[in-house]
Amino acid sequence: MAGPGGDMQWCFSQVKGAIDDDVAEADIISTVEFNHTGELLATGDKGGRVVIFQQEVENKNLPQFRSEYNVYSTFQSHEPEFDYLKSLEIEEKINKIRWLPQKNAAQFLLSTNDKTIKLWKISERDKRPEGYNLKEEDGRYRDPNTITALRVPILIPMDLMVEASPRRVFSNAHTYHINSVSVNSDNETYLSADDLRINLWNLEITDRSFNIVDIKPANMEELTEVITAAEFHPLQCNTFVYSSSKGTIRLCDMRVSALCDKHSKLFEEPENPSNRSFFSEIISSISDVKFSHNGRYIMTRDYLSVKIWDLNMENRPVETYQVHEYLRSKLCSLYENDCIFDKFECCWNGNDSVVMTGSYNNFFRMFERGQRRDATLEASRENSKPLQVLKPRKVCTGGKRKKDEISVDSLDFNKKILHTAWHPQDNIIAVATTNNLYIFQDKVN
Amino acid sequence: GAMECAVDAQSLISMSLMKIHSSRTQRGGIKLHKNLLVSYVLRNARQLYIKEKYAEIYRMQQYEEVMAVCSGIQELDPLEPLEPQGAEDAEPEQPYYRSCCMEDQFSQNCNKTTVLDLDTHVVTTVENGFLHQDCCCAAAPQCAPGAAARKRKVDSAACSPDAEEPSDYTAGRKRLKREECSGADCSPDASNISNLISIFGSGFSGLLSRQADLEQVCSKQALASLGAWTRAIVAF
Repeated sequence: MAGPGGDMQWCFSQVKGAIDDDVAEADIISTVEFNHTGELLATGDKGGRVVIFQQEVENKNLPQFRSEYNVYSTFQSHEPEFDYLKSLEIEEKINKIRWLPQKNAAQFLLSTNDKTIKLWKISERDKRPEGYNLKEEDGRYRDPNTITALRVPILIPMDLMVEASPRRVFSNAHTYHINSVSVNSDNETYLSADDLRINLWNLEITDRSFNIVDIKPANMEELTEVITAAEFHPLQCNTFVYSSSKGTIRLCDMRVSALCDKHSKLFEEPENPSNRSFFSEIISSISDVKFSHNGRYIMTRDYLSVKIWDLNMENRPVETYQVHEYLRSKLCSLYENDCIFDKFECCWNGNDSVVMTGSYNNFFRMFERGQRRDATLEASRENSKPLQVLKPRKVCTGGKRKKDEISVDSLDFNKKILHTAWHPQDNIIAVATTNNLYIFQDKVN
Repeated sequence: GAMECAVDAQSLISMSLMKIHSSRTQRGGIKLHKNLLVSYVLRNARQLYIKEKYAEIYRMQQYEEVMAVCSGIQELDPLEPLEPQGAEDAEPEQPYYRSCCMEDQFSQNCNKTTVLDLDTHVVTTVENGFLHQDCCCAAAPQCAPGAAARKRKVDSAACSPDAEEPSDYTAGRKRLKREECSGADCSPDASNISNLISIFGSGFSGLLSRQADLEQVCSKQALASLGAWTRAIVAF
């Protein structure tokens, strides 16, 4: 029987992170990303740490509960730095993590803070050598006089150890704050984007990058828009898109010219003049842009809505979903408390039929494209019993508040879900509240 | 809690300036994107603020015209005591309000910056050391009455051309204006004055029809005065 979230019924699976309400700033989750198989789930936080969870394979065949994600590796990716020349502190907060497709036994990911991108290798070690000639087992050197025979060390099994090592550091290429990285489908290059520029890198080369987009005006006082996100096309290695603070998306073809300042396509919807307000520019700024897996659509997130664009139609989106339209009349308060600057992300499910994004009060929203159904769900400790089905939530916008509805004025704007991720193949989602990571799965009927 | 917020232009201006100011001390450096968005709110609020001020100025202008016409009419009646001194004395205390934005000629005297007093949270326009609560220019009263005097000449059918200067004071100011405008350096000023005349001379509907132009000029000036802030923001 189809539930309110469509055919999907979401159940609580796990929650990671500290329970207490006193959130340490360093533990605030700043990015969430599944790898290409969904076996690994990485999070980055404000303290510069990366935590990787791995799906346990053994239980995958048990129908009643999918495998759990357990901590696989934890490492400090970035440290706070100080730019002495500009007297600026560089935050260690991880802005984005992107996995590379797996080529060998090791896993690779790119993690970035405001200024520096790092390529990390995560590898397993489950054997160690034993039987050295010159050393004891504890590492002390043997007295040479006691050595009378030669032996070859052998590899013996040991407890699994997961090591993370930085293989490349890509630095000094961005004057402004990095907001995106995206790996090309050619698996050789990737792009990094800051407020005004986009650079193209080779994964092997750290001392050079090509600038492919530069929107910095000659006179900074003429600045009217910045780059907010960028992504490579999932299949065409020459194509990428970038979104702007003015609500536009530009599609660029790297074959056309070396500098892609001229777009191949410009996606823009004219503003509805009746919605004009002091804050029109802010709420039209795009906070995230994502290609669909099949590469035919682009999804964008602005403050109040999610839009789906067909690559073949530039003048308006093909679908628009209101995330929390009831906030339109509250924009002044949201400006005052800075919530209007929150950058929500969005994501596609594996077959591009459902999109998901976060909201306030630890609510997150799902939109089923074909069915034209949508659901509001909540990530909370109260609904955290094992396999508990999530009840749909509803915000009351005025008039009489029904039972179980929550009124707009009661929403907690400190509890925001900015980062969500969807398993590439299964109906498993990872939803980050301020400092907790919730994993939900579709109830198997 | 209740989501109440005063959506008036002045509080938005002060809020925005506070945000820009506090962004300088935030960890990680000045965030270009956020400051750009805040500057848009600042511009939008300033546009509304200036528009409202203009409406207020125009209302006062109309009142003054009516008063001047009335006093002019009274002048013509020999039986009524003269009260031009009283009426005209009121004028210099209330200089002809005009947004400095319109008058380029005052630009040397009129280096305007919108500032926020962080102690009192009051938004003021600082002009060359002169503090104004509004975007008013009292720097050069000489030209202003001239413009208004000419307006009276055009509009006040009840006044004969010779009787339009009821007081020596006004006549003196007008003559001063003529002398001033004969100089070569007045050429850019003359066009500004005539702009102002054509706006105010055609009555309220004229103002409405030219409102778009006004907004354009004012917004350019408003944005230019933001220049100092954007320079500060993007000091990389």
